[in-house]
Amino acid sequence: MEPRRPSRAVIDPKVRQVGFITPNAPPQQPVRTQSYPPESNSPPLSESPASNSLSPVMIPPPRHLSDNLTAYRTPAVPVPESSRRRAEPAAVACSYDPSESLFGTSSPAPSPLASSRLVVDGEFSEESWFKKSDSAKFASSFPGGGFDLTTVKNVGVAAAVAAKKPAAVSGNEKSKASGAESKNELPSGSGSKTSKVKMTKSERRSLQESQRAAKAGGNKSAGASSSRAAKQPQQKKDAAPAPPSVAASEKKGTDRPPEKERKKDVPAPRMQFDDKSRVEKAKKRAVVNQTEVRNRVELFRHLPQYEHGTQLPDLESKFFRNDPMHRAVYKVGLQYLAGDITGGNARCIAMLQAFSEAIRDYTTPAEKTLTRDLTAKIGSYVSFLIECRPLSISMGNAIRFLKNRIAKLPLTLSESEAKTSLCLDIDRFINEKIILADRVIVRHASTKIRDGDVLLTYGSSCVVEMLLSHALELGKKFHVVIVDSRPKLEGQSLLRRLVANGLNCTYTHLNAVSYIMHEVTRVFLGASSILSNGTVYSRVGTAAVAMVANAFSVPVLICCEAYKFHERVQLDSICFNELGDPQAVAKVSGRGDVNYLGSLGNKDNLQLLNLMYDATPSEYISMIVTDYGMIPPTSVPVIVREYCRDQLWI
Amino acid sequence: MWRRSASFILDKRNDTGARPDFVSLSPPQTTASTMADTLQNPNAKVSAYYQTRAAHHGVVTSDWLAQAQAAVGKYSPESDVRSSSSAAADPGSGKPFSVIDEFNNWRKQPDLAEAVAAIRALAAVIRSSEATTMMELEIELKKASDSLKSWDTTSISLTAGCDLFMRYVTRTSALEYEDFNSAKSRLIERAEKFGEISYKARRIIAMLSQDFIFDGCTILVHGFSRVVLEVLKTAAQNKKLFRVLCTEGRPDRTGLRLSNELAKLDVPVKLLIDSAVAYSMDEIDMVFVGADGVVESGGIINMMGTYQIALVAHSMNKPVYVAAESYKFARLYPLDQKDMAPALRPIDFGVPIPSKVEVETSARDYTPPQYLTLLFTDLGVLTPSVVSDELIQLYL
Repeated sequence: MEPRRPSRAVIDPKVRQVGFITPNAPPQQPVRTQSYPPESNSPPLSESPASNSLSPVMIPPPRHLSDNLTAYRTPAVPVPESSRRRAEPAAVACSYDPSESLFGTSSPAPSPLASSRLVVDGEFSEESWFKKSDSAKFASSFPGGGFDLTTVKNVGVAAAVAAKKPAAVSGNEKSKASGAESKNELPSGSGSKTSKVKMTKSERRSLQESQRAAKAGGNKSAGASSSRAAKQPQQKKDAAPAPPSVAASEKKGTDRPPEKERKKDVPAPRMQFDDKSRVEKAKKRAVVNQTEVRNRVELFRHLPQYEHGTQLPDLESKFFRNDPMHRAVYKVGLQYLAGDITGGNARCIAMLQAFSEAIRDYTTPAEKTLTRDLTAKIGSYVSFLIECRPLSISMGNAIRFLKNRIAKLPLTLSESEAKTSLCLDIDRFINEKIILADRVIVRHASTKIRDGDVLLTYGSSCVVEMLLSHALELGKKFHVVIVDSRPKLEGQSLLRRLVANGLNCTYTHLNAVSYIMHEVTRVFLGASSILSNGTVYSRVGTAAVAMVANAFSVPVLICCEAYKFHERVQLDSICFNELGDPQAVAKVSGRGDVNYLGSLGNKDNLQLLNLMYDATPSEYISMIVTDYGMIPPTSVPVIVREYCRDQLWI
Repeated sequence: MWRRSASFILDKRNDTGARPDFVSLSPPQTTASTMADTLQNPNAKVSAYYQTRAAHHGVVTSDWLAQAQAAVGKYSPESDVRSSSSAAADPGSGKPFSVIDEFNNWRKQPDLAEAVAAIRALAAVIRSSEATTMMELEIELKKASDSLKSWDTTSISLTAGCDLFMRYVTRTSALEYEDFNSAKSRLIERAEKFGEISYKARRIIAMLSQDFIFDGCTILVHGFSRVVLEVLKTAAQNKKLFRVLCTEGRPDRTGLRLSNELAKLDVPVKLLIDSAVAYSMDEIDMVFVGADGVVESGGIINMMGTYQIALVAHSMNKPVYVAAESYKFARLYPLDQKDMAPALRPIDFGVPIPSKVEVETSARDYTPPQYLTLLFTDLGVLTPSVVSDELIQLYL
């Protein structure tokens, strides 16, 4: 390998490549920044220099790890230097042993299977979501300007390397099969030989798949893209038998086994909505056919966004049809869709109660076991609910709890016993983890309210409301500042209830928060979820309030039940979020005259963004009040580790 | 020494004031007519914790002496007021054994921390208990620990020590033993062990912190902490060459005493007035402080002035090390300085203060965790955030 090293220097003007480019085409600068590959692309022939140069022995520049990933990932945050460095030795070693996948170094997924899913999948399970975002970040972290694309060689190498072990292997295999490869291939052949020994079932399948695809690609190389390719514009639009397509077809191959597995254990598959093929597929299955909003904001294309309120009448009419969906679940789903149930706890309780009802009415079909069939059933309910509105993290936790309970049911239990036990478990979860937890939180947090305090809260959190009324009952004398923001104006209902209770309140909008903050002595906020790096994921605007409070050295207390804690780590509010109705931002309800954007309705260069949540970094938070007591944000992982392990919860 | 000390008499005065409410709730109004009137806010309640500390340290200022004499003048020298009154106040006064007595007996040892004394006293409760069931014993223990805690509500380590004892001792499979006597002996064994661990804590901390003291370093210490003294003593014995800057430690001048002790060890010491901390911070390599209590956020509650020293050190990028035994870990979470049970202490200004002038008599402040570098505890060298982890594991 040593003599090869210089060649690396030769290659070095690196290709930062997005999408699948034609080998001889000059590099297109704009392509790099697009999340979609260029629409038109002449399919390169397999004899192209790209495939010729496909030599696994050549030391690939480690940076290229990212290259073919960038093809379908939207740019994300930069990744720390260290991860790149970590990836380097593996890339340099370039041993084609499937057991050490390149991605294993950049993402925590050790199995080639999992990591290949990672490369390919648009639809991610809860678990793989992390890995994906990890690698996506990794992928997009390299400054595009640093390298220019010159040699097509790189393309091949990059694709082979980036597509990870099995991808590269299958690429080589395939090229041999099609006989398009030159003698350069020899070393790669030996490489694949070694790998063959250790090939797993899924890899073998992927290999076959890719060979088949290669043949098909050879036939169609004239550029008639298959119907499949048309459907998956992102991966296959430029469907070409050249190495990139090999990687792509390989992906298709590895796609399947993980998907099967995922169906079993995934509570909340997280779609990447900029992946059109996935979206197409999902749409076929969907009960709710929502129309997507046309102009989506660049950074948030991976999040679902629908025209609001268009589907409701249709769905309502379906309500009385004999449907596979249970009535209770259907009802809750519609309520989510219509916005009748909001708030983390309310949504979670409604969902659990609907499940409980569905379980009560459930009978195991003949020749099926309750454990498996019911899990699948719950899974289908969940995906219906996701179509209505994306799940909150707390709901994901509750679903994981329920599925865990179902899985752990003793086989000896009769059906009715099992159903009763599950319903009891659900009731216990609601009681202990939500209702009682709230009471404990209120008790803890009220010790931090002193006479003469001025408390600030943002939006409307039910725990904070309970806290304020409890403190009032205790006879504490304090003033409340409610900060609110458009378009939801949730604070108004809270204000209404508090004023009716006889509390002294001030109501203002987020714009005035820096003005009001210097009078405030405590900030109490609710949270949708708390992630294990202490980041608080909450209604959009919370981060701004916390930041201002921190700047004024006002302590910020977060009231949050422990069932909303999640072991995920999130650094920004981009990769996971929810989009609201964009029209809500443009219009002011009840003010017909304030409609400056009305005429711009469908302009292509206007993108409206209505984010629902944001992430508050832990350094702005003084304390988290939870059912396990008052803890600093650094202790969230301790709670997750000690109490939320395996979703046992109770 | 302890009996003769002026502060002891002050303490006693307090005790007789309104014993059932114990210290924190009994404003010594009746005695405040003398010098105290001019020296302090008439409402001042004096923290028993700091009196004990002062008694152990035995540095008596002239004002304290004067106060003490005044107090003695008021009260006939009933030498045994304390024990009789405390016994009367003890919920279990019908019995011959009283935790408070036991506690006070242990407390007389100047080197024994208050919490360790409490732990020993509670162990004695188990030993002398006449309970015949586990439940009874537990209730008795609970009562004893409650009475100890209420004896001095201002002492964080006392409260935390009692709580930890209850946790450590009663949270054991011993409670499931069928035979009560064997269970009881197991409890006693555990209690003794806990007492032993707590007693050794200081040594452990001293050993752990040796790696952080390097030759030629300059250490700033604040107040008189027995743990810090132990650390420095051990370092001196290990032939480390270091210099110590001692703050004066107003109002009770604990820094003077520390410098005294260090001078005996031939450690070069320099005394600073409390306000000279920022001035000399640039020549300092590390700040070493003790703690009255370590709270859940990982911050510490310590003698007044610690917070500002930590702030100055933080802004000049000097490490702040805290030496604290694990029995000082308390389930408290102050959000700011005023969010604590106040512990008050009289301050002498040397001149009479007009009664219209208010005096801040709070004895301690809260240092948030972001200003601390490391905590040396008998559990190991911890970052502030680990404190909460330990507490969660202990209490939940």
